[in-house]
Amino acid sequence: MAATFQSSLYSARHRRNKIAMGLAFVATGFGLSWLVLILAVLLWEGFSGLSLSVFTEMTPPPGSAGGLLNPIAGSLVMTVIAVLIGTPLGVLAGTYMAEYGRYDRLTTVVRFINDILLSAPSIVVGLFIYEVMVAQMGHFSGWAGAVSLAVIVVPVVVRTTEDMLILVPDTLREAAASIGLPRSNMIIKVAYRAARAGMVTGVLLAIARISGETAPLLFTALNNQFWSLNLNAPVASLPVVIFQFALSPYHDWQKLAWTGALIITLAVLALSIIARTLAAQRKTS
Amino acid sequence: MQPTGRPPVVDVTLQGAGVAIADQVDRAKVLQRLRLGDAVYRHLTRAAAITVLVILGGIIVSLIWGSLPALRTFGVSFLYEDAWNPVTEKFGAIAPIYGTIVTSVIAMLIAVPVGLLIAVFLTELCPMWLRRPVGIAIELLAGIPSIIYGIWGLFVFAPFLQQHVQPFLISLFGEIPVLSTLFAGPPYGIGILTAGLILAIMVLPFVTSISRDVFEAVPPVLKEAAYGLGCTTWEVCRYVVLPYARVGVIGGVMLGLGRALGETMAVTFVIGNAHRISGSLLAPGTTISATIANEFTEAVGDLYTSALIALGLILFIITFIVLAAARLMLMRLNARVGG
Repeated sequence: MAATFQSSLYSARHRRNKIAMGLAFVATGFGLSWLVLILAVLLWEGFSGLSLSVFTEMTPPPGSAGGLLNPIAGSLVMTVIAVLIGTPLGVLAGTYMAEYGRYDRLTTVVRFINDILLSAPSIVVGLFIYEVMVAQMGHFSGWAGAVSLAVIVVPVVVRTTEDMLILVPDTLREAAASIGLPRSNMIIKVAYRAARAGMVTGVLLAIARISGETAPLLFTALNNQFWSLNLNAPVASLPVVIFQFALSPYHDWQKLAWTGALIITLAVLALSIIARTLAAQRKTS
Repeated sequence: MQPTGRPPVVDVTLQGAGVAIADQVDRAKVLQRLRLGDAVYRHLTRAAAITVLVILGGIIVSLIWGSLPALRTFGVSFLYEDAWNPVTEKFGAIAPIYGTIVTSVIAMLIAVPVGLLIAVFLTELCPMWLRRPVGIAIELLAGIPSIIYGIWGLFVFAPFLQQHVQPFLISLFGEIPVLSTLFAGPPYGIGILTAGLILAIMVLPFVTSISRDVFEAVPPVLKEAAYGLGCTTWEVCRYVVLPYARVGVIGGVMLGLGRALGETMAVTFVIGNAHRISGSLLAPGTTISATIANEFTEAVGDLYTSALIALGLILFIITFIVLAAARLMLMRLNARVGG
């Protein structure tokens, strides 16, 4: 009697384990299948519209063929400016947190706030820059778009810079200090060099993050049908054009939206894979 | 601090700093300059760190400033009125707030169990060689920009739901009292449910990667002890790993929730943008972020713009609380692991 009870208890536990582990398998398949589905559709729809004219022609009026040259250029320019503004700021802030004030109260507060900014809704950043720049200047502009992207770059770079500098062994710092190097020289000549790969990874991740950002550009850089790199005027960007074209009723525009989506995704995936390999190299070496 | 006391060391320093040494007299001057440079760099980095705080302060102040006209006109009733009429300039936030919360709840209800199960798979079942590729693939899902989810949701996912899933749900739950109202009405394809499902896919990688990290931080001794007692893998996960990693998992879930609440583009594509609260999950609705994204550039009049900024303020407050709670939990966890 007791033996059968025990064996039935055992088989019940065994069965429950089988079911749970089966579910874990199914869940992983479920998660991965979305990646495959999204990429498959994107490649299918995007490649069929991909041609040289996409990179050489302007966005068309509805009903005619055209390309994505002006939004691609606009996105590139705004991304570069955002990185040029955001990276130095982020690196300096991260330097303070890891080098000068590692145990400061200020560092604890900044780290906490930075982590919140890291996942704060990007549309709120758009509203912020609208209030600060667009409303004050009286018009939408490429500068406003670039600055709002820079606001998104900063927390990413701060985070990775701090993390990477903390990983630099203190013996390196002590060696530099022992030959009398001032702290700022030690940071620039020793700590930055040791942490360089990680910091580059952070910047790449930040670029990957902003190259797909749409929400903060909607009402800062707005959009532009024509070729314009004048940053004091509205500038077209790839994500905003995708948004506008995808929701339009015109088949040509929807096709271009898919192609644009493919370009962005390939760029983002390439960036994150490069960043990952850089980070992996660091770990193994 | 007399530099003349230890000439060789100073020479190395000066060479390291790339400064040509003219003679003994200049040395003190050069050292002075180095000291100044260090102080400048220190203050520069400090200012940059403070800028991070200034950005947050700027966001809060500008949102409050921008929403003052609307808050003055409508007062507290802005929070619970459901009118949204640009013509008569009557604005209330309850419909977008409702949509934001319901879509996020749907997303978390799906993403949390699935994410935890994937984390279990990655830490307990998966062969070593497969762990990294699967982990990277899940994290690539997190890297795909939200506008891609939006366009995919609009052209692929919503039609699929409309033709295959939603009619099935309607007929399945049509006779059951409570569920029949949840799944009532025609299958539009776009709507609250679709937005929630897309959000679930987007949040999944966050829940998964944080759960995996905290699961991996569970000391192997604990798991081995449980296995030694004869526990099954499931029992180890359920009664050893999960309780130990609880705080971290909750932190990760809240982080995912913060993302879901603030997500804009993917939701804007598939929610339907209807300012009403409907009992049915299949009906179109709107969220705070979708409302702002759709209407801000077309908003005419100060009050309309201000009402939209007030929506942004509400969104920021909600996500700030959720994210702050998440970070505090994860910080406490790190303190425990570190100490």
